[in-house]
Amino acid sequence: MEVNDFMSVVDWSRAQFAMTAIYHWLFVPLTLGLGFIIAFMETIYYKTGDEFWKRTTKFWMRLFGINFAIGVATGIILEFEFGTNWSNYSHFVGDIFGAPLAIEGIMAFFMESTFIAIMFFGWNKVSKGFHLAATWLTAIGANLSALWILVANAWMQYPAGTAFSVETARNEMTSFWDVLLSPVAIDKFLHTTTSGYVLASVFVVGVSAWFLLRRRDRRMARCSMVIASVFGLVSAVFLAFTGDSSGVDIARTQPMKLAAMEAHYDGEHGAPLVAFGILRPEAGRTNNDDAFYWKIQIPKLLSVMSFHDADAFVPGINDLLDGNPEQGILSTREKIDRGRVAIGELAVYRDAKQRGDTAAMQAVIGKFDASTAEGRTFLDEYYRYFGYGYLSSPGQTVPDVPLVFYSFRVMVGAGIYFIALFAVLLVLLYRRTIEHRRWLLWVTLWSIPLAYIASQAGWIVAEVGRQPWVVQNLLPTVAAVSRIDAGSVMVTFFIFVALFTTLLIAEVMIMTRQIRIGPDKPEKK
Amino acid sequence: MSGHNPIYRVYRFYADGFRSMTLGRTLWGLILLKLFIMFAVLRLFFFPDILGQFKTEEAKSDHVLEQLTDIQP
Repeated sequence: MEVNDFMSVVDWSRAQFAMTAIYHWLFVPLTLGLGFIIAFMETIYYKTGDEFWKRTTKFWMRLFGINFAIGVATGIILEFEFGTNWSNYSHFVGDIFGAPLAIEGIMAFFMESTFIAIMFFGWNKVSKGFHLAATWLTAIGANLSALWILVANAWMQYPAGTAFSVETARNEMTSFWDVLLSPVAIDKFLHTTTSGYVLASVFVVGVSAWFLLRRRDRRMARCSMVIASVFGLVSAVFLAFTGDSSGVDIARTQPMKLAAMEAHYDGEHGAPLVAFGILRPEAGRTNNDDAFYWKIQIPKLLSVMSFHDADAFVPGINDLLDGNPEQGILSTREKIDRGRVAIGELAVYRDAKQRGDTAAMQAVIGKFDASTAEGRTFLDEYYRYFGYGYLSSPGQTVPDVPLVFYSFRVMVGAGIYFIALFAVLLVLLYRRTIEHRRWLLWVTLWSIPLAYIASQAGWIVAEVGRQPWVVQNLLPTVAAVSRIDAGSVMVTFFIFVALFTTLLIAEVMIMTRQIRIGPDKPEKK
Repeated sequence: MSGHNPIYRVYRFYADGFRSMTLGRTLWGLILLKLFIMFAVLRLFFFPDILGQFKTEEAKSDHVLEQLTDIQP
């Protein structure tokens, strides 16, 4: 079967997965961060006994509940898609994906559903301390759920702690801890969840700004703004650090993604970072000099960011495609040839199994056996390029450079802006002059959509940047997809667009109505 | 049932909580509608488990092996 036969199935399956993930990620980050903000507020209520803090907590808890209810289970559709559109992938990743997702499902169900019920139903029915514990555990539970999903995603970017079994045609976990604690998994978890904290903080300061603009519930708005600004500022600074360590991971494990993020065509020592630039069309981009119409560069910064060394060599797209023997980089053509050798061995095993030729089967199994010298050599020289064998040309390993390049700058630019925004808000809150700066309140309110855009841009960098790989170097999308009718995938794509858009509209309508209603009024004594 | 029975108390906790919901009723309606569309419509009619048609793990593995070695770039 020809690769081109699958292209429309691949494209529609990718579009459907991307659309589902984008919508799912509109709901998740607010839950991750708002849970902690509510927990901080309720802790103050617990400590002071001031009913104002109870009303403030309950107001934000209501918005948390709306977001949670509408967002919950939207991620399950991704699992439907794994089973139908990406069945080869589902089998290939084996228990690596199954174990974290199973833990996530159990944990999410027991922790979140139990403690959320106490959070919403438990006011005046359980003790203040128990209620506070339930609120904290809801926030922690949501973040632990995210941990398992992100561990699974990180494994796809950096497949550690596993071995491929020829007999089962799947990867099997050799070390749970290597999967859980791989540097990519740690950085991905910290970076992604922290981005959720920043988004939730922007949401809270933005909604609070609306109250101040309307001159309503001003104490609640100011106090909420203080908590969210402190939480947001700390999170945004931490986000910059985790972004830095993620950059080091990418340089080591996904050099093509890094090159695409920077539109970096020719590798060099002491590589500069393009702070911003306008890219030329694809046909005109062949080297570092002609890639941009114009650009602003910071000398050596890309080398520093990638390897924490100002003179380090950062390979470019051309080095990765054509190879660079001086730097020990194989050409993509060579990787394709080696990948085909590995796939060929798998075909030998398949044929031997059909013939019942046990000796030939054992010979292939031996080549994939990491406990022997022969196996280690084969795995290192051939199997590590397994996925390249499905590609028809080296150019297929280059992701969409402009999309990744601009998305990265939107994400980073917004991150820097949020640090400044939280800092300025804190200064003005401290001086008690925030309400006089109405233009800033408008800017703060309109920063809410920017937080969502930045959050989505981050995922675009991570996921579009690693194309064509579903599992880095081992499985491209074309081999991961099921041999199904593209038409049915297209139909469900549009059903999902309608379903998710309806949910999003419902969320915005219910949320804005509840914001307009505002917090409960103090009870008259 | 005695009000001191822990199971009864948990039951009452949830029952009273659901009964006193206001905004929550709308949200639960949305959740149930969403779950119905997802599981009773989409899952049933549009998302068959491709590998679920194979009875054994070995048959699944053979199928995927066939798929992974069948593609000609």
